[in-house]
Order: sequence, then structure tokens, then C-alpha cells
Amino acid sequence: MNPTTLYGLCGAALVGIGLYGLLTEPRLLRKIIAFNLVGSGVFLLFGVVARRGADAGLGGDPVPQALVITGIVVAFSATALAVALLLRLHEVSGGATLDDAADDSEADRSSS
Amino acid sequence: MTPLPDALPAVLPAGGGWLVAAIAWPVIALLLVIAGGERLAARVGVLALPVGLAIAVAVALGVAGAGELGYHVGGWAPPLGIALRADALSTAMLLVTAVVASGAGIYALADFGTPRAGQSGRTSLAFWSSLLGAWAALNLAFLGNDLFNLYVALELLTFAAVPLVCLDGRAATLQAALRYLLYALVGSVLYLLGAVLLYGAYGTLDMSLLAQAMRPEPAAWTAAALMTAGLLAKTALFPLHLWLPPAHAGAPPAASAVLSALVVKGSFFIVLRLWFEALPGLANEAAMQLIGLLGAGAILYGSALALRQQRLKLLVAYSTVAQIGYLFLMFPLAFDASAGRLVAGAALTGGLLQAVSHALAKAAMFMSAGLIAVAFGHDRIAELGGLARARPASLLAFALAGVSLVGLPPSGGFAAKWLLLSAAVATGQWWWAAVIVAGGLLTGAYLVLVLMRALAEPAATAAPLRPVAAWREAVPLVLALLAVLMGLVGVLP
Repeated sequence: MNPTTLYGLCGAALVGIGLYGLLTEPRLLRKIIAFNLVGSGVFLLFGVVARRGADAGLGGDPVPQALVITGIVVAFSATALAVALLLRLHEVSGGATLDDAADDSEADRSSS
Repeated sequence: MTPLPDALPAVLPAGGGWLVAAIAWPVIALLLVIAGGERLAARVGVLALPVGLAIAVAVALGVAGAGELGYHVGGWAPPLGIALRADALSTAMLLVTAVVASGAGIYALADFGTPRAGQSGRTSLAFWSSLLGAWAALNLAFLGNDLFNLYVALELLTFAAVPLVCLDGRAATLQAALRYLLYALVGSVLYLLGAVLLYGAYGTLDMSLLAQAMRPEPAAWTAAALMTAGLLAKTALFPLHLWLPPAHAGAPPAASAVLSALVVKGSFFIVLRLWFEALPGLANEAAMQLIGLLGAGAILYGSALALRQQRLKLLVAYSTVAQIGYLFLMFPLAFDASAGRLVAGAALTGGLLQAVSHALAKAAMFMSAGLIAVAFGHDRIAELGGLARARPASLLAFALAGVSLVGLPPSGGFAAKWLLLSAAVATGQWWWAAVIVAGGLLTGAYLVLVLMRALAEPAATAAPLRPVAAWREAVPLVLALLAVLMGLVGVLP
């Protein structure tokens, strides 16, 4: 197994662990961390693609490396927004999950 | 080293600069709104609306003249640079976005106008910056021709839409916003994963170049499945719609109008571009039937739940879940089994017309529902008696929007459903025709229930209605009229 394949498998594993966490974790902070795991897995795949697409004599294809920087900035902003919303939710309601009954979703739930 | 590309190739028609303006102007206006602060947010924002509308018209005139407009950002041609492209489809979406965003902005002046002395303008600032941010992101989604550029557009759209959901800061809307954000983030990360797989396989992210390089093979299938699943979660197609009703029903009416009419169309448009422009040869019978099946599920399930709602705004939100389903019926109907690829035709036109007329009708419906809620102080459907006599203009806007959603002539909804129906008949797929007709009947049923309540006499114990400014009633009325008249545009070539 060469290092590129190993990195690729690591990326796939990170995406899998992250998706599992997103689906099963009730606590919002852990969901946000799980989303970051998925993101890291995808960014690792960008690195693999860059290495595999490298021209002779170059360390890697520069395009995926440029994309990954944008991706990291976007994931960072998304995390910041999610954490800010979570903090405000905790301030207002004292909870940090999506399961607390709230006035709007009650009507929704009784009908579905 | 990759050789430097030539300067702009001669094939690009003049007028491409308008595409840049369409994306840049809302961003500039957004920065001006933030610079102006809480006091000036509404004034700066409302002045930005006509300019944005004029830019959309300029793009439309350019596309009408040249057939297509293109622009290479920084003068760098793909595959190294990023291309912007406007054709008839993106022009229609640009125009309807400009119209609905302007309508929402004018309507919002009452809720998010200039704060009076001693009042906080924070929500006003948040509304106007989010509205302009969503507008910029939508225009980028409609004009981008590069899959990674579209990813950025999707994320910007999410970041602008999530604050719109929780403008009032109640715990319920914060939960709705967080649920929406999580769905949207998973959706875009799956989309990004698909995009990196495509880049790894074909070395380009430009949709026009991908269409030439693409081969039907596992890498392309996996990428298409991941990207489609992610985009469907963002578009709230059944069964990934769970985030939509609380988010759209809990937001203030002007924000709901933007979210329900426009924001879900951004990711829908990228699905359309992906399948019709980048990967048309990848489509196969089973995949397209599956997408159609999800659309049919959305129509039937969303309409059935709308029938059971007790609150007007939730009914309108579930109606969005149902109407999104129609957008995805075009995929099985546009699939040419003998050629093994998707072809642009009546089904594509019908789907796009549905997107445009639903945008106008749903914006009108959320705005009139908001005015009804202001007048009554609640939006319980069972207690809407006396509405027809007290607020006829609001009810008329609601009913006209309903005409388009049901699909009665001459509305845009009628033309859209007619085109989809005729495509279903022409391709011999009668089961989709049955779904379209059943969906129309269910839509009629839940809207007639509301109208019956509204036409009833008021209850003896009912509190007197609060006044609503006439100019606010005019905004949904104009949008609903446009939705009804859309059908007349649809019959023109």
C-alpha cells in the first residue's frame, strides 16, 4: 500500500465516522464536531487528488490545494455560525439539543 | 507548467460584464448596509433593490440578443480560470430573484424599517444584510459554471439564509435554524466530496469541459450520487424535508418569502445544471425514475400534511414541500431512453416554469399570510372567520397565489403542469401524469379549506382586527398577479 492510498482510506474513514456522529449524536456540539470530521476527511481527499494528479517533477497539483484553503475557510465560518447559534440557544432555552419541545415544532410534530 | 491561456477568446459576446455586476452589486450593497449601521440599513437596502433589478433586466436583454452571455473571471479561461455563464434558464431565475427580493424588501420596510429613537435596529441590520447576501449567493449559483464556485455559492446562500430563519431569536426559531444549518452543511459537504471525485477523475471542475470529458464509470456515478443527495437535502426534497416547515413557518413573513420562494431554488438549480449540463450522458432510467419517485412522494406527502395543518404559515410551508416535488418530476420526463441521456425539452421548460411561478406565488402567499396574522394576532386557520370582509386584498392575493399553485389557467403553475403533463403523455409515463393531477386536487383541497374559513362569518367573540397598511397588501397582490399572468408568458415562444 502506498502512502497516497493510505491517506485516501484515512479520508474515507473520517467521512464515515463523521457521518455516523452526525446521524446518531443528539447533542448539538458533538454534531458540529462530527461535521468537522467529515470536512477534514474531504479535505484529506483533496490532498490525495492533488498528489495523484501531480505533473512529473512537482509535489502536487496546485488546484486542489487552492480549493482546500477555500474549503477550510468555509468550514471554519460554518462552524463559527453553528457555535454562535448554539450558544444563543443555550442562553435562551438552557438546552443544547434539538429535542426540547418548542411552540412551533409542537404543532408540526402532532400532525406528522 | 500549464501554458498561460490567451486573453478573452473572441467567442464571448459583449455584455458579460453584467454577469459580474449581478453578483457584485448585492455584495457591494451588503457592505454599504453594514457600513451604514443600524440607522441606515433599511434606507441603503431599499435603494439597492432597483439597481439589482435593473442589472437583472440588462442581463436578460443581453441574453435575448446574443442567446448566451459568458465571462472569464480575471481573463483566465477554464480549466485554469472560472467561467460565468448566463443562458435562458439562468436569466429566468435571475429575473424572478430580483423581483421577489425587491418585493420582500419593500414589504419588510414595515417590520425591518429604520428604527425609531430608542429602538434597537439590530434585526433590521440582520435582515437587510441577509437579504442582500442571499441575493448575491443566488445570482452566483445561477451564473456559475464551475462546480467549486457553485459550492461557494451554496455555502454563502446557507450563511445568509440561516440568520433569516432566526431573526426573532426565540428558542424555537433558533432550533429550526440549527436544524436547517446542519442539514445544509451535510448537504454541501457531500456535494464537495462529489466535486473532488470529479476533479480527481477528469481534472476539471468546469461544467462545459466536464460534459466532454465525462465517461459513464464508477467514479462519475459515485460523484453524481453524492452531489445529488447533498443538493436534495438542501432543496428539502422528500424525505429530506424535515427541516423546512419549522424553519420557513417560524421566520418573519418577509424572510419566509425569500426562503421558500428563492433559497430552495438555488440548490435545485445546481441539480438541474449538474444533470442537464455537466453529466447529461450519465443519466439512466433507474436513477431518473428514483428522483421522480422522491418528487412524487413530496407532492403527495407534503399536500396531505398541508391538509392537516391548523396554522396558516405551517400550511404554506408544507405546501412548499409539496411544490418542490413538481420540480423533480422533470428528470424522468426529460430522460430520452433511446439516446440514454437527458434532453432539454417540454419537461425542462415545465420544470423551470414551475420554479419561477412557484417563487412568485409562494412569496405572495407567505406575505399575505403574514398580513393576515398581523390583522388577527394569530394564524389559526379555524378562527379566520370574517377575513374576506375585513381584509379582502390580503385574501385575494392569497387566493390568486393559490390559483397558480393548484395550476388553474392562465397561471404560470398551469402552464408548468401542462408542459409536464404533456411530456408525461408524450413519453408514455402515465404514472407521473396521475401524480401531477392528484397533487393538483390535494392542493385545491387545502386551499379551499382556508378560503371557506376566511369567507365564513366572524365568531361573535372574535376580537376586532388590527389595521394593516394598504401598501403592504399591494406587494403580495402584485406578486400573485405576476404568478397568474406567468402562464401568458409561457405560451409565447
